[in-house]
Amino acid sequence: MNQKYMLPLIGVFLLFLLAYAGVEGANMQWAFGIIFPYLAVILFIGGFIYRVYGWASSAVPFRIPTTCGQQKSLPWIKQNCIDNPDTASGVFVRMVLEIFLFRSLFRNTKAGFARDETNRLSFSWEIFLWVGALAFHYSFLVVLLRHLRFFLTPVPACVRFLEYLDGIIQIGLPGIFLSGIVLIAAVLFLLARRIFDGKVSYISLASDYFPLFLIIGIAATGISMRYFTKVDIVSVKEFIMSLVTFHPSIPEGVGGLFYAHLFMVSVLFAYLPISKLMHIGGIFLSPTRNMANNTRAKRHINPWNYNVKTHTYEEYENHFRDKMIEAGLPVDKKE
Amino acid sequence: MADELKPDELLDKIDHTPARGSWMDTSVQIRPGMYCYAAKAESVETLGLPNARAWNPLEDDWKLPENWQEILHNGLKERLEKFRTFKIFMDICVRCGACADKCHFFLGTGDPKNMPVLRAELLRSVYRNDFTHAGKILQSISGASKIAGNRPLTLDVLKEWWYYFFQCTECRRCSVFCPYGIDTAEITIIGRELLNLLGLNIDWIATPVSNCYQTGNHLGIQPHAFKDMLDFFTEDIEEITGVNVEPQFNKKGADILFITPSGDVFADPGTYTCQGYLILFKYLKDKYDLDVTWSTYASEGGNFGFFTSHETMKRLNAKMFAEAKRLGVKWILGGECGHMWRVIHQYMDTMNGPADFLEEPVNPITGTKFENAKSTKMVHICEFTADLIKHGKLELDKSRNSNISLTYHDSCNTARGMGLLEEPRYIMNNVCDNFFEMPENTIKEQTFCCGSGAGLNAGENIELRMAGGLPRANAVKYVHEKFGVTHLCCICAIDRAVFPTLMEYWVPEVDVIGIHELVGNALILPGEQKRTTDLRMEPLPGMEEEEMEDEDE
Ligand code: SF4
Ligand code: SF4
Repeated sequence: MNQKYMLPLIGVFLLFLLAYAGVEGANMQWAFGIIFPYLAVILFIGGFIYRVYGWASSAVPFRIPTTCGQQKSLPWIKQNCIDNPDTASGVFVRMVLEIFLFRSLFRNTKAGFARDETNRLSFSWEIFLWVGALAFHYSFLVVLLRHLRFFLTPVPACVRFLEYLDGIIQIGLPGIFLSGIVLIAAVLFLLARRIFDGKVSYISLASDYFPLFLIIGIAATGISMRYFTKVDIVSVKEFIMSLVTFHPSIPEGVGGLFYAHLFMVSVLFAYLPISKLMHIGGIFLSPTRNMANNTRAKRHINPWNYNVKTHTYEEYENHFRDKMIEAGLPVDKKE
Repeated sequence: MADELKPDELLDKIDHTPARGSWMDTSVQIRPGMYCYAAKAESVETLGLPNARAWNPLEDDWKLPENWQEILHNGLKERLEKFRTFKIFMDICVRCGACADKCHFFLGTGDPKNMPVLRAELLRSVYRNDFTHAGKILQSISGASKIAGNRPLTLDVLKEWWYYFFQCTECRRCSVFCPYGIDTAEITIIGRELLNLLGLNIDWIATPVSNCYQTGNHLGIQPHAFKDMLDFFTEDIEEITGVNVEPQFNKKGADILFITPSGDVFADPGTYTCQGYLILFKYLKDKYDLDVTWSTYASEGGNFGFFTSHETMKRLNAKMFAEAKRLGVKWILGGECGHMWRVIHQYMDTMNGPADFLEEPVNPITGTKFENAKSTKMVHICEFTADLIKHGKLELDKSRNSNISLTYHDSCNTARGMGLLEEPRYIMNNVCDNFFEMPENTIKEQTFCCGSGAGLNAGENIELRMAGGLPRANAVKYVHEKFGVTHLCCICAIDRAVFPTLMEYWVPEVDVIGIHELVGNALILPGEQKRTTDLRMEPLPGMEEEEMEDEDE
């Protein structure tokens, strides 16, 4: 069996068991309910800042955006101001589109090769990765925002409105949240892609599977609490508020499932800064996207630019003077 | 070339589905046809770069310095601090695979390590192992590193780097599709820079670099020979047009310094493009009194230093501004070339500027200010010519190109490192009636590399070049069959040097041409005689019979 995904799968399962058994069997609510969540938040915030600071302290010696459209040149040639911006506002739009709409991923194509009399390579638009990624990130965001209801009293109107929209399709009781379903479906799609697409499977590492399984675990425990085991929402809210106000107190009557959920969330947050999930921060700083393509119009300064040894004209002329004179080329010194 | 693969054999080898298992389990096999010969010691010495010696990639012993791992470790560390690109690209790839099938080398070879993401992982795996906290912790648990995709820097790993960083043409196509803009070209650039710390360059790069440094151009053409070549073109042009277009060299006080890749001066069919420049400058001199000079010292527009290290790039590039300053020109005009323009557009001013001794470039004939070049003060000849045409300053006879059916190859560098897309198209449409675009996913920012860029246009790696050029050639074949395209037009000296071979291999009916060759054919010089041939001395459309008679006489 493939270790690259079996190990993370087992790992996530163990994490679940650890919290579940720890609470149900050993009454370690204080560890999984208080210590780990606080620790995770500290690691998350500290780690995130550390990483972003690390990137920010690396120099940007050259202005080298990847240009994906017509440059600004002659006045009558229409510039592509977004894909090849030369101003800060253009860059801003480009970045907004990248960050919120995954514009580059939207371009994705799929190569095909027909080994027949045509031998044609073809490139077709491949939108599924974009749809999957967008569905995943936005449903995750909605789920996160919905959870704000546990962190804020009174619950802000916008959170309640979001919840209302999310639950607009009313099936059964409690009403189904679309975001949860989309999240699970999208993660399963991304996982299936990793396992079954030959190319993606070949490049995937254990650290690519781990967050997927972890998120599946988080979503699954969350969904079971809401729809099946019907956790005591009021107690949960009281508990979370106690954490938020730094007066932690363990609630009565909340079972191991909740702690498993919380623990996996904690692991996700703590893991984020040391993993590829840092792309959340990195995308803002990527120099090939966040710089204007105006290097010829506006000089970019390299903070570590240093002088180098060059072969000067004088050395050159000294070397070739006779030949140059003979060929009738102008020289600076006649001999 | 006798043992070269036949096109059909090459196509048979392509399989885009990698085998199962881990890529780390397959160690590198350096295969003839896919790699370039090692840099000669003397070329490495000219620039005083480290570890000059004779070595052979096929032998086990690469004659590395004792502490090579330490050198690389420190080199990596230094570059992580110096290049935010590098650091971020090491950290944030999510291995989504969007870039996987975007690389022409992967498409043409099917070798999974040519997927841009894996090319980067070759280095990233070592980075994770040596430079991340997680990597260091995992090292202590046996077996954990490998599952996490980390590995120590061994000789095998180094060889793999060498093999695959010299199978990337730094074309940036992968970067267009990556959701974070991860540019594997940048990783290759830095990878090669690291390899150069150990003297692991290829000769096809090292020798041109050394020539360029000493003699002024990649081909090592000495000043008198450089002049001879242009004189020789002048004679040909006089025979065709009856006009003497003699250029000026190293002239102090000229208006404009013109710099183009030396390939245009020495290798067909670039030479015809060069003749196009000569005709254009003569026209502008006679009509508008524009004074253009060539330089024998800065006689190279290209910069193979860019394929060696940032420092070497800077050392070679310095000549452009130095010569412009010495000659006291107003601004610099640059010829048709790809990587030359990447360097000028995105690096030159930063490295060797500010060019405060030059004037903000204005076209004296049209009055157009080249706002986009006001700091670097160097203008692309396509921007310049397009401006002239737009203002009706050139008298053109399109019909002289009417036997040509064109398609256009966007050079990777001018497309994805600059965005010069419409200027050349505007010129082409003004000098030729038959222009057909290749399919949308193969042009402009999605253009496919010629397969031989970034210093890989050697002879010994011909299989790699033909495979890497396949996606480009495939699209040419498509328009050739569909629209009867006869000529592949380009604005890059490397393209002009390598496409003839590529076309002969995949689409033998298609010829290669530069834009200013088309301009040179169409431009009506003041006082010219009735032309009967084009610059290649082939009869012009409608002149076939007159040409025959001439020959009979
Ligand atoms: S597209 Fe970007 S993030 Fe995705 S695998 Fe390639 S380099 Fe990594
Ligand atoms: S830069 Fe070009 S050659 Fe290099 S990995 Fe990316 S697509 Fe391939």
